[in-house]
Amino acid sequence: MTSGTRATPPELTPALAGSARRRLAAALHRRPRLRLGLLLAGPAGWLVIAYLGSLAILFLNAGWSRDPFTGLVHRDWTLANFGQLVTNPLYRTVALRTVGMAIAVTVTCALLAFPIAYYMARVASPRVRGLLVVAVLMPLWSSYLIKAYSWRQILSNDGVLNWALSPLGIHGPGLNEVGLWLVLTYLWLPYMILPVFAGLERIPTSLLEASADLGGRGLMTFRRVILPLVFPALVAGSIFTFSLTLGDYIAPSLITTTQFIGNVILANFGVPNLPLAATLSLVPLVIVTIYLLIARRLGAFEAL
Amino acid sequence: MHHRRILAAVAITAIVMSACGGGSSAAPTTGGSQPAASQPAASQPASQPAASPSVNLPTSVGAGEGELTVLAWPGYAENGSTDPNVNWVKPFEDQTGCKTSVQVFGTSDEAFSLFTTNPDKFDVISASGDASLRLVRAGYVQPVNVDLAKNYADIFPALKDKPYNTVDGVHYGIPHGRGSNLLMWRTDKVKPDPTSWTDMFDPSKPWAGKVSVYNAPIYIADAAVILMKTKPELNIKNPYALDDTQFQAVTDLLRQQKPMIGQYWTDYALQQQAFSKGDVVIGTTWQVITNLLQAETPPAPVKVIKPAEGATGWSDTWMINSKTKHLNCSYLWLDYIVSPSVNAQVASWFGEAPGNSKACALTPADQTNCDVFYAADDAFWQNIWYWQTPEATCVDGRTDVQCKDFDAWSQAWTEIKG
Repeated sequence: MTSGTRATPPELTPALAGSARRRLAAALHRRPRLRLGLLLAGPAGWLVIAYLGSLAILFLNAGWSRDPFTGLVHRDWTLANFGQLVTNPLYRTVALRTVGMAIAVTVTCALLAFPIAYYMARVASPRVRGLLVVAVLMPLWSSYLIKAYSWRQILSNDGVLNWALSPLGIHGPGLNEVGLWLVLTYLWLPYMILPVFAGLERIPTSLLEASADLGGRGLMTFRRVILPLVFPALVAGSIFTFSLTLGDYIAPSLITTTQFIGNVILANFGVPNLPLAATLSLVPLVIVTIYLLIARRLGAFEAL
Repeated sequence: MHHRRILAAVAITAIVMSACGGGSSAAPTTGGSQPAASQPAASQPASQPAASPSVNLPTSVGAGEGELTVLAWPGYAENGSTDPNVNWVKPFEDQTGCKTSVQVFGTSDEAFSLFTTNPDKFDVISASGDASLRLVRAGYVQPVNVDLAKNYADIFPALKDKPYNTVDGVHYGIPHGRGSNLLMWRTDKVKPDPTSWTDMFDPSKPWAGKVSVYNAPIYIADAAVILMKTKPELNIKNPYALDDTQFQAVTDLLRQQKPMIGQYWTDYALQQQAFSKGDVVIGTTWQVITNLLQAETPPAPVKVIKPAEGATGWSDTWMINSKTKHLNCSYLWLDYIVSPSVNAQVASWFGEAPGNSKACALTPADQTNCDVFYAADDAFWQNIWYWQTPEATCVDGRTDVQCKDFDAWSQAWTEIKG
């Protein structure tokens, strides 16, 4: 606090400014807690105001009512939005559908990511490994929207997928839930590969050798040594794939006519029914919180 | 060890980036997350329907303030970005010095949402009947002195003094034009040529699964228009005034249609693409989308009609934000956009009937456009139901029942989509 009043005016001579700076440094040196506090004030303030603050506003909005004609929000308290959430079976269906899609995408990503990550971490030469890391990261350099729109083109009736499959006499999945499952798996796969790769790389070779010395064959070593050790990393990756699928509404609306939680929130935003949109936003929030608690139990946070 | 941390950092950064990227570009509406609540129009003399014509209207239009932000239906304020040869924003800028930026929207709800969550951003808006009255009641738009727009005198009388642009004798904008939602199909996939909306509702048709409908609660009225013809016993007099029984019948019809739907559209470019690629083969449309499809190389094989039972449609009004800082530019725009030649350009580009009666006689092409869209033929518009917002007090004048309000409509629309 004392330091605050001694902010250097711009017209100070260099010598004076230097001594003021030295006094400030000395004051900070004597107070390590203040030092730490100042250092963290920026990022912590950002976190509190931008993230927790907007969450608080979301909570407030969920309890407000609105004018049914103009949609203007009135600040009188009501539980009606929560009532709708609980009593209307639509929201349960949509929530379950979204969770189902998130699980399907997560499991698929895990199955695809493991062999790739294993090859990168334990088989490939350092040079190939570097190239593969770049290859995995490369799609993240282009915009999400471009990728989603491209997939719409690929999957569409006259699209490249149907064209490629036509000699075999079969059709691609088309623009529906199966197509969406493909698209989301493509979009989030890198977020699964990277943590699994890191987890596999971390396993000491000596453990695998020890397993072999004790007579463990490949499958046994995989089941009893590798899998338990890499499991937290898989869970860590699944946090990304699961929560990203849970919140997405752009790919669903481009690829399917089916509603997911994000689409219903957006629809209410458009009406506009902001209080109900805010209430619905709490659903994925609660689901992800539960998921994170489980993930922590499974040691995923140490694997990040 | 370091290796791993870097990877994790990269992954997290990428997540944040992709989340931000997706969010900001696809959902501009989220810009002001804490909107409307605080704005119920303290400074608005005419915010309540009860307000009398004693509002303070401007009495003259001065020089432009140099800037104007327009919120418009796609095709209403073309600045050369769709087609370099289609540009009537530039001449306006040259004439008035008002540098004009344009944002487009896909539904009236989106327009209302954009306008109200950014209450200072847009100076003028092209509002259809299902947005305009909401904007007036909520106090977001200001009364307009129509005498300051010299072209107002030439607007077709059938568009003036309507409940969605004039409240208690106070004008809230300048009528711009009207049009009808249309039925479009691919001639190579849908045979014989449809004549009725019911072809979009019959699950036994071979094109089930490839039907495209407009994604907004207001689409419920389209089904009501059909039932006005096919189920006269329901006694629907106005598709925006539905009591419980009528509403149930209408939503049942839409639920039955749901499995046939291959796309919900609001983005007209996506609708164009879906028809072009054959993902959908029949659906609702605007004339402008059909025009763009027929202008493709090779032209997409599509045809379009106004079906026999009539249709929903729109009658649009240019309105001015009650908080505008560019009032002169706004008035200049309102007068410019309904001037005969510009009004004719908009009408032929978008494919609708111009609002200005002098927009028809300028060129033979304009006259053709006016004839095609029956600009001066009031009889044609008898079975076109302009979008308006449903209210609990039935908009068809019934007082013995309560009608479903817009909240119920939007709730039902979410439920129909499942």
